[in-house]
Amino acid sequence: MMIAIFALVLWGALWAFNVKLAGWLSDRYARIAVPIVFGLTLVVMVELLVIGLNVSFVILPRPSEMVVRLFTSYEMLWEDFVQTILKGALTGYVVGCSTALLVAFLASWSDFLRRGLLPLGNFVAALPVVGLAPIMVMWFGFGWESKAAIVVSMCFFPMLVNSVQGLAATNAIERDLFKTYAATPLQQLGLLRLPAAMPFILNGLKVCTPLALIGAIVAEFFGSPFLGMGFRIKTSVGTLSLDLVWAEIIVAAIAGTGFFGLLLIIERSLTFWHPSQRR
Amino acid sequence: MSVVTAEGLSLTFPGDVQALKDVNLSVEAGEFVSFIGPSGCGKTTFLRVVADLEKPTGGEVRVTGLSPEEARMQRAYGYVFQQPGLLPWRTVEGNIRLPLALMGQDKHVMAERVASVLKMVELDGFGTKYPWQLSGGMQQRASIARALAFDAELLLMDEPFGALDEIVRDRLNDQLLDLWRTTQKTVLFVTHSIPEAVYLSTKIVVMSPRPGRVAKVINNPLPPDRPLEVRESTEFLAVAAEVRNTLREGMD
Ligand SMILES: Nc1ncnc2c1ncn2[C@@H]1O[C@H](COP(=O)(O)OP(=O)(O)OP(=O)(O)O)[C@@H](O)[C@H]1O
Ligand SMILES: [Mg+2]
Repeated sequence: MMIAIFALVLWGALWAFNVKLAGWLSDRYARIAVPIVFGLTLVVMVELLVIGLNVSFVILPRPSEMVVRLFTSYEMLWEDFVQTILKGALTGYVVGCSTALLVAFLASWSDFLRRGLLPLGNFVAALPVVGLAPIMVMWFGFGWESKAAIVVSMCFFPMLVNSVQGLAATNAIERDLFKTYAATPLQQLGLLRLPAAMPFILNGLKVCTPLALIGAIVAEFFGSPFLGMGFRIKTSVGTLSLDLVWAEIIVAAIAGTGFFGLLLIIERSLTFWHPSQRR
Repeated sequence: MSVVTAEGLSLTFPGDVQALKDVNLSVEAGEFVSFIGPSGCGKTTFLRVVADLEKPTGGEVRVTGLSPEEARMQRAYGYVFQQPGLLPWRTVEGNIRLPLALMGQDKHVMAERVASVLKMVELDGFGTKYPWQLSGGMQQRASIARALAFDAELLLMDEPFGALDEIVRDRLNDQLLDLWRTTQKTVLFVTHSIPEAVYLSTKIVVMSPRPGRVAKVINNPLPPDRPLEVRESTEFLAVAAEVRNTLREGMD
């Protein structure tokens, strides 16, 4: 009990420290330091509460046990990462998003195609496509290919909807301007429609990032060779190795956040001109 | 040679809006023609028909002896829109360079042309800025520079100076007049300002609304060389009065 109370006191102290920190440091460092201190505070809190309240290992292992697991099982975690994130999620993400972009290009030429695709796309984008995972495993086998397939089907429509909207996001003056320049359709695509679509395309890529992770991991629950993050999570829960389950979750979180951060940097540099990005 | 001719030109928008009705007009090479009239009388629509941005529903239009579409494909005109319409992802220079690049212009020629038109609209030093970093008036000047850089024989300008303050407007009027005199371009120029129309034009087309039509074409007897003081001369005031009276008649 004492430890739990100590945890709360520590929480208060670190919280106060963080508020001070936000005031002391320049904007730039504070933007990085404050969330780190906040995160660490949270981890320490959880550690102390788990010890203090005697939480069972099965409900929540101590964060320190998770971190130890990260290092001791590092090789296995790496293999799972390659199988699930690089082969399953990333392949599906790249294939799904790029075909969606390609179809959006084609649709931008044809009013008929766009009018047909957009409502359909909006409809499918709102469905929990991850439910198709068992079917994909039946169709494409236990390997990473079936995981990539489910990721493709999850990413395709959200990406399509965003890209089609983006390619139509030019205003009348800009289109008239290119008409007075007698620009070819290809010039208009490359110099007007594509740049104008960039904010939408990047938004689509951001929306698809967690979808790809979810798809690849959940699909493994329905069958996989003897590796992969989803497979490991499922089997480790069975053997009550909850520290390993949490280690996999941490890896997934780091991968997702890292990729998302990369997209934010790309977004910043490509769409600096957009009102939402201007400084 | 006639640069622009319209015969019995009509344009009815869906919903039975008669934007133009039976417009007959002929603009000779080297003329500076102003269009003036109350809002909604079809000034923009007429320019857009000449530019092949709008298809007439009746009558015929020839631009440099060609159909509007052929003229557009040959890049026979430069167009200044009522709003700046600069691409936000390109710098001011990049925006001016764009049409030149589409025409396959040489890099050196482009750089030179960009520098000279920026100077002309008094934006030298702002070439590397983005449009959204400029004031509204500066953006409009950049879009004028872009049309000038195009260097077509025919300039279509839709209220290019509407958003500018009086002082800058006077200076740009002066420069436009200079440019027109030295290059012998043909200019179609929409404005709401009577002094501006009289100061700049060789011919003033007064239009009236509902349906949009030409009320009167007034020839301007002022000599082509016009210092700013010309605005106080009796000839100038006489033409301005004629325009004003025609506008008033059109309203009844
Ligand atoms: N795309 C369109 N569809 C339907 N009606 C239109 C369209 N464009 C213009 N109109 C109508 O045609 C008429 C003439 O419009 P236009 O823009 O040529 O006027 P304007 O003389 O340029 O006016 P302003 O001085 O306000 O710019 C107006 O009644 C307008 O409502
Ligand atoms: Mg107008």
